[in-house]
Amino acid sequence: MTHTLGRPDFELIAGWIEPGHRVLDLGCGDGSLLKHLIEQRGVKGVGVEIDDANVLAAIRNGINVIQGNLERGLDEFADQAFDHVVLSRTLQTVRHTEGILREMLRVGREAVVSFPNFAYWKNLRSVLDGRMPVSEDLPYQWYDSPNVRFFTLLDFEALCAKMGLIIRERSVLDEEGKSVTSEVNFLGSLAVYRLTQHR
Amino acid sequence: MPGQSVGAVESQRAHFDQPLHLRSGGTLPAYDLVFETYGTLNAAKSNAILVCHALSGHHHVAGHYADQPENVGWWDNIVGPGRPLDTDKFFIVGLNNLGGCHGSSGPSSINPSTGKPWGADFPIVAVNDWVHSQARLADRLGIESWAAVMGGSLGGMQALRWSITYPERVRNAIVVAAAPKLSAQNIAFNDVARQAILTDPDFHGGNYYEYNTRPVRGLRLARMLGHITYLSDDQMGEKFGRELRNSAFSFGFDVEFEVESYLRYQGDKFAGYFDANTYLLMTKALDYFDPSREDDGNLTATMARSKANFLIASFTTDWRFSPARSKEIVAALLANGRNVSYAEIDLNFGHDSFLMEDAHYHGVIDAYLRNIKL
Repeated sequence: MTHTLGRPDFELIAGWIEPGHRVLDLGCGDGSLLKHLIEQRGVKGVGVEIDDANVLAAIRNGINVIQGNLERGLDEFADQAFDHVVLSRTLQTVRHTEGILREMLRVGREAVVSFPNFAYWKNLRSVLDGRMPVSEDLPYQWYDSPNVRFFTLLDFEALCAKMGLIIRERSVLDEEGKSVTSEVNFLGSLAVYRLTQHR
Repeated sequence: MPGQSVGAVESQRAHFDQPLHLRSGGTLPAYDLVFETYGTLNAAKSNAILVCHALSGHHHVAGHYADQPENVGWWDNIVGPGRPLDTDKFFIVGLNNLGGCHGSSGPSSINPSTGKPWGADFPIVAVNDWVHSQARLADRLGIESWAAVMGGSLGGMQALRWSITYPERVRNAIVVAAAPKLSAQNIAFNDVARQAILTDPDFHGGNYYEYNTRPVRGLRLARMLGHITYLSDDQMGEKFGRELRNSAFSFGFDVEFEVESYLRYQGDKFAGYFDANTYLLMTKALDYFDPSREDDGNLTATMARSKANFLIASFTTDWRFSPARSKEIVAALLANGRNVSYAEIDLNFGHDSFLMEDAHYHGVIDAYLRNIKL
């Protein structure tokens, strides 16, 4: 998905990444996040992107971008080549969920994953009202949505437990990008996780 | 087509007296290179791009000759004011490689020591030999480092080799539709092509010039075979299908299917102007190309010597040098933390896609080149 500058999860992710770190951004869009991280945090970055227009835009932005399909893994990247591997608002579009999470932690020390929370109360209310949710963080109609996996914070944390992934940090945001600290699975529209695993 | 042609151009010739020691162990005591330039070299001499040619290419990359308006350069669609290789910004250099048949020293040119065509005596040249000879041309032009070295197919291999042999002299390498080395299948196709030439009775051990003949039949077959590998199956199907020149089968061996007509035409045309010895040399240069050989096959170790930024591009329908081959180069560069971008371009023209004009393909090259700081 295309990043837009000034997005609240950008600032969160930037805060977790230290200057000089090596960052891989999966589904990097036009490279805005990487550009932000390079300019603000002095990181060394590479993006992966499938869409032609986004690859072109990322090259135009002066970002290192590798055209490829996340569903086919990250074969061109060596083990532990990165400090952080970012998957921003993209996990819900990937079919091989466990595969991509494993690959992220193979090529990187840490994984940063953000995704829309389908249990957000407005989404639940929309379904109770009989319609699939459309919101700031789920900006698609059911018939044109790239999303193929529909899950909640609790679902994701259960998968992490099953896979033995360690949640180092979690931030949950509402639709306005404000931090949510209580009843997160109900009040949170977007979740951002920092994951690692025992080696 | 966006942008403009560079218009009328002239070729130049440079003579080199300093012997060139070759990969094969042989030496060329002296040699000529023909080349063309487009645009203006800036005062800092920092805006030069070298365009390397593929198997059958030459120095006439863009524009036309004043007295031959139909003779348009082989990559004209990408060079000119407002085009990706923008001559308002860059100084573009194209040359005919050693061993070629378009004016640079090669088997069909005169060997000064005998006064006769070199023929079979012209030494086998490797990609790295070309790179060394091109470096001398750069010296002659006062170009200390190239803003970019680029090429498609065998031309892309030269760009890759430049980045390894002269890391200080290449700021960007643009490697299109190439591979880090040939596969067994690639070599096999090349050898069938060579066998077609070598077994032609008119070949005369490579010295056919003395017999006032040319191994036209062998060269024609070689080109027909090569041409199949440049196109995609889908494209051939769309272009020719099983169309017949006449409505019914003739139950003979004359041209019947349109694809036969096309291949025979391409073979005849090529055999009419290209030199068979050059074809042999170019295919051998392809077969020998493998920079990782210096590192026991470890391409990552080889690419560690490069310092350039890279743009690697491949085409989805290219089965001669498939996207997977380009990704081998990408992986080796990533493992070294090099700046690299990779575009996998969806074009239907097989290996030949690299010569085609396509908005996205040219957009990628354009976007990359526009970010080069001079």
